[in-house]
Amino acid sequence: MSETLQNLEFTPFILSFKLAGITTVILFMMAVPLSWYLSQTKSKAKPFLEAFTALPIVLPPSVLGFYILVSLSQNSPIGAFFDEYFGVKLVFNFTGLVVASCFYSLPFMVQPLQGGFESLNKNMLEASYIAGKGKLQTVFEVALPNIKPAVLTAIIITFAHTVGEFGVVLMVGGSIPGETKVASVAIYEMVEIMDYTTAHIYSGIMVIISFLVLLSVYIFNDKQNKKIGGFHV
Amino acid sequence: MIHIDIHKKLHGSNGNMNLDVNLTINEGDFLALAGQSGSGKTTLLRILAGLEISNGTLKIGDEIWQDEKFSLAPQKRGIGFVFQDYALFPNMTVEENLHFVNKDKALAKHLLELTELSSLKNRVPTTLSGGQKQRVSLCRALMNRPKILLMDEPLSALDPTMRTKLQNEISTLHKEFGTTTIMVSHDPSEIYRLASRVVVLNQGKIISDGTPKEVLLKTSGSQKFSFDGELLDIVKVDVIYVAIVAIGQQLVEVVVDDTQAKSLIIGDSVTISTKAFAPIILPHEK
Repeated sequence: MSETLQNLEFTPFILSFKLAGITTVILFMMAVPLSWYLSQTKSKAKPFLEAFTALPIVLPPSVLGFYILVSLSQNSPIGAFFDEYFGVKLVFNFTGLVVASCFYSLPFMVQPLQGGFESLNKNMLEASYIAGKGKLQTVFEVALPNIKPAVLTAIIITFAHTVGEFGVVLMVGGSIPGETKVASVAIYEMVEIMDYTTAHIYSGIMVIISFLVLLSVYIFNDKQNKKIGGFHV
Repeated sequence: MIHIDIHKKLHGSNGNMNLDVNLTINEGDFLALAGQSGSGKTTLLRILAGLEISNGTLKIGDEIWQDEKFSLAPQKRGIGFVFQDYALFPNMTVEENLHFVNKDKALAKHLLELTELSSLKNRVPTTLSGGQKQRVSLCRALMNRPKILLMDEPLSALDPTMRTKLQNEISTLHKEFGTTTIMVSHDPSEIYRLASRVVVLNQGKIISDGTPKEVLLKTSGSQKFSFDGELLDIVKVDVIYVAIVAIGQQLVEVVVDDTQAKSLIIGDSVTISTKAFAPIILPHEK
């Protein structure tokens, strides 16, 4: 047991958290404008966009992984374009994992943000416009600071969900040590080769980290809700 | 001079109607907009603010805010708007709420002093009372030295004492800044105290327009005084009937005879008037 602990490879965890961190940052930048648009629009396109955004929640990861693989591989126009002009391959490497994770975790970032934006007092946003402020300034100085619990939920759940992904990662990334072998894939492999000790340790670490992350979100949100006392002030 | 000539189809709770308003307002006027709910008052304010689209023209001095092809963004109109629910920014302190509009520190200080809010300037809105919040909202609306101040039932959520206090403050601020003001209000005493002109809307059309005295004083003919109220109950007491009528916040009893009692329906709007004697006014004990 102690020998196993000494030889324990932490690279899969570091990869998992690096992947989750980068995905979260990219998704936050993409999701703020998208969820703001969804919360404010009266367009007939809204339900279509919402359904499309929510697809990764219901689709089997293998379906998502399959389409991403097909559309980003070097044989596809997109994959060929990136390979030719930027020298970047989009599958079976870390970059491919980031792209796949951005699709996979999109709803977990968009939905809490959209809910937060929708809960804001419309008059308050209009007061900001009347004060001469544009949309950008209103979003960053009025809207986002008043939905801190939603922002935190979106960020943490996206991060945690990306750490927890398995199917898409396996299909798009394979299991290249130090490149695409993230924690969830590593655990799967340990079980496959019947190294249950390592699988136990890896799984235990995942459970503890995930629980602590979720616990801190709920504690923070409870405090915030007591402080703000609802959004309508 | 402010020229308003706008039309808009509204789909309200009372079915469809056309908002048709043609109005000229003098600079520095204090205009009260009255009328039943759903008559288009709030929509008119929102159109003036640029928050809602309509057909027609809006001309403020030599500036065109809206014509057939063009509508100036709310950001560029330079107005002040006071919402019924205050709409303060909860993430900012009182002072920051004001500075968000305009960094003019001297003006913010002056406004907070006028409204006795200086000691609360570092508090966040959630810790304030309704009256305090509305005063902050009023100060915030004046921070960009607006050409027009729009107020949508600013005092309706407050208790009567606070209302009177804020009416005085609104009056002080209006005298000091001389801002052309349009206020939606249901309260006749408030309109009488603050406004120099009243416009009453009904089903999207102007049905009366004049000074508060002309529009609000209900007496006509030889009546000395009259009140509108709601008939709550008719009680038989020995040989007479007593009608109980709610007038504003008060309940009064009026003696009615047998035929009258039978013709009145509980829940009706009624007018109580008299001309037989000169009423006596006694001050309330404080």
